[in-house]
Amino acid sequence: MIHELAFGVYPYIAITVFLVGSWARFDYAMYTWRSGSSQMLSDRGMRLGSNLFHIGILAIFAGHFVGLLTPHAVYEVLITTAQKQMLAMVVGGIAGALCFAGILILLWRRLFNRRVRATGSFADVLVLVLLFAQLTLGLVSIRISAGHPDGAVMVMLADWAQHIATFRTDAASIILGAHWIYKTHILLGLTLFLLTPFTRLVHIWSIPLSYLWRPYQVVRRRQPTLHYGRRS
Amino acid sequence: MKVRAQIAMVLNLDKCIGCHTCSITCKNVWTSREGVEYAWFNNVETKPGIGYPKEWENQDKWNGGWVRTSAGKLIPRAGGRWRLLSKIFANPDLPQIDDYYEPFTFDYQHLHQAPDVAHQPTARPRSLVTGERMQKIEWGPNWEEILGTEFAKRSVDRNFDAVQKEIYGTFEKTFMMYLPRLCEHCLNPACVSACPSGAIYKREEDGIVLIDQDKCRGWRMCVSACPYKKIYYNWKSGKSEKCIFCYPRIEMGEPTVCSETCVGRIRYLGVMLYDADRIEAAASVPAEKDLYQAHLDIFLDPFDPKVIEAARAEGIPDSWLEAAKASPVYKLAIDWQLALPLHPEYRTLPMVWYVPPLSPIQSAAERGRIGMNGQLPDVASLRIPVRYLANLLTAGDEAPVVRALERMMAMRAWRRARNVDGVEDHGVLQQAGLSVAQAEDMYRYLAIANYEDRFVIPSAHREYANDAYGERGGCGFTFGNGCSGDSPADLFSERKTTTYSVRPR
Repeated sequence: MIHELAFGVYPYIAITVFLVGSWARFDYAMYTWRSGSSQMLSDRGMRLGSNLFHIGILAIFAGHFVGLLTPHAVYEVLITTAQKQMLAMVVGGIAGALCFAGILILLWRRLFNRRVRATGSFADVLVLVLLFAQLTLGLVSIRISAGHPDGAVMVMLADWAQHIATFRTDAASIILGAHWIYKTHILLGLTLFLLTPFTRLVHIWSIPLSYLWRPYQVVRRRQPTLHYGRRS
Repeated sequence: MKVRAQIAMVLNLDKCIGCHTCSITCKNVWTSREGVEYAWFNNVETKPGIGYPKEWENQDKWNGGWVRTSAGKLIPRAGGRWRLLSKIFANPDLPQIDDYYEPFTFDYQHLHQAPDVAHQPTARPRSLVTGERMQKIEWGPNWEEILGTEFAKRSVDRNFDAVQKEIYGTFEKTFMMYLPRLCEHCLNPACVSACPSGAIYKREEDGIVLIDQDKCRGWRMCVSACPYKKIYYNWKSGKSEKCIFCYPRIEMGEPTVCSETCVGRIRYLGVMLYDADRIEAAASVPAEKDLYQAHLDIFLDPFDPKVIEAARAEGIPDSWLEAAKASPVYKLAIDWQLALPLHPEYRTLPMVWYVPPLSPIQSAAERGRIGMNGQLPDVASLRIPVRYLANLLTAGDEAPVVRALERMMAMRAWRRARNVDGVEDHGVLQQAGLSVAQAEDMYRYLAIANYEDRFVIPSAHREYANDAYGERGGCGFTFGNGCSGDSPADLFSERKTTTYSVRPR
């Protein structure tokens, strides 16, 4: 029953809060939508820590997204599941290591740099600690995955994700037998989605790719007067 | 031709007494909030000096402004689009708060609450960033006030380039001037070009450059991209903020707070018409010394019927075109060519211009060995080196600075001859290339400087005004989310603007 709640219902709660909450914050409180940089207060460790962390976590995020949600039939044309698991472990391991080094620096800075600590909020510390825990679980799970290199567990986890994504009812039962590390990793990951709208993590939505093609100068013209109701 | 109008500013440095009234009134109105305690939208520096933030003019250090590539294209000095985005996780050019100064307050309450002690209680400084005691204040927004700190440190000033600066460290040769600084509201702003979110924009109708506080995501690229370092990162809101040219006042036809309160009456505000199609070409002329002239060439004559016609076609109201004809900025910058842009070599085409200051004749000259150039004292005998002013205002080209200084001296000599000797000395005006009518006007605008002459600001028009329907039931002028920002039940981790995150410890 708890398993069903955690892996069959909770994902929908988390994703719903994530989507609706983000939309509501964007609409209702856009002034709070920010990356929350504190680099101006202290540069120490930022060049190394922030770059390692962000590059690592973007790679991991993309890896999870593609790895979990690509239907098996699609990649099986190119590589076997065993090969895919090896790929995930190697690429994920490297990105995870980069991210881990980065988050250690950032966590140290967040907790012990006086200026950063004094001006940051509780939520700033919370998300960093949760991300650290999540990353640690993920890195530990590589070790467990190494014990079954045939890719079966990976397929099982992807099946669960795809069942959730396609609204099939029997999702939770698929990962009933998964190792507790994976389960905790999933639960914490869903919790991070749940918390995103209420923390600085919303800046993930705002990756400014449009900068690459927008013109350098921006000129705004005042809005013409709007007319409401019937015009005479 | 694409005519646009901008409210531009001129500051007459010859009359600035460095009283900081502009800075204080600006601070009181716009930045007396947590998060921007260190930020001065307007500040007054004593030059020579490294300024605020430290060494802001050193673009080798901060990578602000534009560079012209060998192919003739303009790109931000910090790099093209990919390069700039690659710096988004940690901006290597970002000034630190210590480059401005660590904001502080004093324990004033201790003066009231101290117990009976042997020595008089003092109010010791406390950091407004950490809330902790500061043993010593190391730097402030105007640490170099009136030649503060030693010459060796102040002379790092980049305007000393190509000046034999060592001699100016001696007591007999020393010189100083004041430089009030605010956002330049450039025609080719580097901050706008560097914003990954596209949140910074220039208003078409009056040229004011603003940061959309809703759209800003705090990527902080604008802070380093602005070569004047006039964008400030608010650590509390996580957004960048800058001088807004007091747009709510400008829209009502009132001068900015800094201009209104200037006791020396050094500031002028007026409409300038310019050709927006020529901006890119002007900003990318090859030689830095040609940038001043290229900038002048962008401006349009408000009396030219063709310009008026084109301006009307663009929808510029007639009241603005009338104001452009009476613009004090046009007179100072174009008619008399007294006002010069600040650091045109940054290629941002700034719109806050400066009349260079005259300075006392050096003592050697006073003893009868004065170098004369015709009827005027040689500008080389002035205490402030011309080259220094040229580095500040014309990318090193001395001729425009000499012309401006000579015209100011000629106007004074002509008035002195009239009032003291009772003669009309037109020769001195001719030498400086001024007509009597121009000199009369210069006297009126520079010496008398009436309020109505200094500020010719057409109010915004009904057709520009946003519809107020959407503002109904709103909270008026607030930060961020209107009414919701200070609600105790706020869901979205908004930091309250009315309470302090940092508490004294």
